[in-house]
Amino acid sequence: MSSPEQLIIFDNVSKFYGEILGVNRVNLQIAPGITSLVGPNGAGKSTLMNLMTGLLRPTRGSITILGIPTDQPEQLFRKVGYCTQFDSFPRGMTGREFLNSFLLVHGFDRKRANELSLVALERVNLVEAADRKVAGYSKGMRQRIRLAQSIAHEPAVLILDEPLNGLDPMVRAETIALFRKLASEGLHLIISSHILHEVDMMSDRVVLLNNGYIVAEGNIHGVRDEMEEHPMQILIRCDEPAKLAAYVFAQNHVVEARLHDDRRGLFVKTRDADRFYLLLNRAVAEGEVNVESVAPVDDDLSAVYQYLIGTTGGSA
Amino acid sequence: MSSAIEAVSTRSEKRDVNWSLWLRQVGAIFRLEIEKNFLGRRAILIYLIALLPLFPLLILALVTPPGNEWRDFNTYSTIYAILYNGLILRTVVFFGSAWIFMNLFRGELVDRSLHYYFLSAVRREVLVVGKYVSGLVTSIVLFTGTTVVAMLLLYVPHFYSQSLRYFTEGRGLVQILTYAGITMLACVGYGAFFLVVGLFIRNPIIPALLLYGWEWLNFLLPPLLKKISVIHYLNSLVPVQISEGPFAVVAEPTPAWIAIPSMLVVTLLVLILAAYRIRHMEIRYGSD
Repeated sequence: MSSPEQLIIFDNVSKFYGEILGVNRVNLQIAPGITSLVGPNGAGKSTLMNLMTGLLRPTRGSITILGIPTDQPEQLFRKVGYCTQFDSFPRGMTGREFLNSFLLVHGFDRKRANELSLVALERVNLVEAADRKVAGYSKGMRQRIRLAQSIAHEPAVLILDEPLNGLDPMVRAETIALFRKLASEGLHLIISSHILHEVDMMSDRVVLLNNGYIVAEGNIHGVRDEMEEHPMQILIRCDEPAKLAAYVFAQNHVVEARLHDDRRGLFVKTRDADRFYLLLNRAVAEGEVNVESVAPVDDDLSAVYQYLIGTTGGSA
Repeated sequence: MSSAIEAVSTRSEKRDVNWSLWLRQVGAIFRLEIEKNFLGRRAILIYLIALLPLFPLLILALVTPPGNEWRDFNTYSTIYAILYNGLILRTVVFFGSAWIFMNLFRGELVDRSLHYYFLSAVRREVLVVGKYVSGLVTSIVLFTGTTVVAMLLLYVPHFYSQSLRYFTEGRGLVQILTYAGITMLACVGYGAFFLVVGLFIRNPIIPALLLYGWEWLNFLLPPLLKKISVIHYLNSLVPVQISEGPFAVVAEPTPAWIAIPSMLVVTLLVLILAAYRIRHMEIRYGSD
């Protein structure tokens, strides 16, 4: 069991904007690693992030980040970096000046601020553009300089609101690799994104939000396993799919068996994936079929998102 | 990753470290803000306001108006007092301070860049101090400059040698320093007021105009109400008192030893209010 000093804890947090709901009754404990906040626009992702960083105050409940309350910025931001969605900057600054200035505000001396700026610029591949005015940067470069600003003071918790927006595919891949590296160094990364396959690829766990409520949280496969009302779909590639269909259909937990369009595979919907895999092993052992491959079809974030939230989410 | 700013163990050490950290942070905020105040896009209006009294004085330097009073050196202290009261104090310092101090926070809300400060490991009270000091230095440099240059521009072109003696040997030096001091005090007082107005009210023009009206009508107010204004305390300090007209309600000037500390105490209270407001402030640019 982790101590509060290692966790981000939401304790019954609600936020209302007047009469409009931001988030309601959020109870969460977030451990190190990459946690993605997923949900449609207006679900409450940015509200949760702004609450975590003290830019918003909860109407009810409390939040602590590694044991620090969010109303103490002087303590909090020694440990936390936040890359917001606000695409705006102080006027007239170069990328390097932008990083340096706020490191000085943090309290670092000039020499250390220069060192940290350089490291951050290197991490986001912006060294060459560091002495150009931020106002002349492309959208992707502005996104990266904001990311650099959020990591420059070497935080233990990194909160990133749609950090992949505006990045080209190559930089996206590099940025995801950077996130994985930071997570492997023991950081907490809280990332919001609407690009589900990227979230799927990089997250250790997800928090699904809809209309201000958390609808599911945890490891994506764990979340999927708990959705008993949606039977698991599995595609079995084999030499005799029709024979296999007859073999498995007698089982109670198999609710549907359908041949693939190319007649070389079988889609099976089952309420108990573990029992189905045992059954399949027996069929193979008894020589009923030769199986080429077995893969769950709806065991990813997109499927979970579709089942729980009812839309298909976003794509790149 | 490790944080480079580490807390220290003992209480006394911690206090020392915090003070030096806060001073460093105030310095960093001050440098950022002073650059914006002097070189930013919004600075153009401040320069125009600061130069405002100098334009008529330049014309006066070239063309002496008819009338004996313009040829009498002794009347120039009264002429300056009128100019200072009507144009410099009530217009330049008032509106200049309004623009500088309201924009310290309100301007960043409009530009959507205030969150960078809020996401730094800095006490929000320290942020208020850093920004206020930067506004104060900007306004003092510009408007004290206006005060001094305006006085020299009034005297020197018409009475060159007399003016030199007046400002080096006579009471001119005391006068110029007194006016400069009053301008500084006005920046302190109006600055704190406008800083708070910019924090609490989305459109600060309206309260600024209300205060402007209150300050202008000060001469009509009963003595007790006069004391609820900045201009009363500033007028109490000017070296040359001028008539406020036949309808003015006369009140005893407040002595300097009461006027100056009173203004400073009220300023401090207003700054504490600003710090409280900033401490509890949320960033919601859409609604700001």
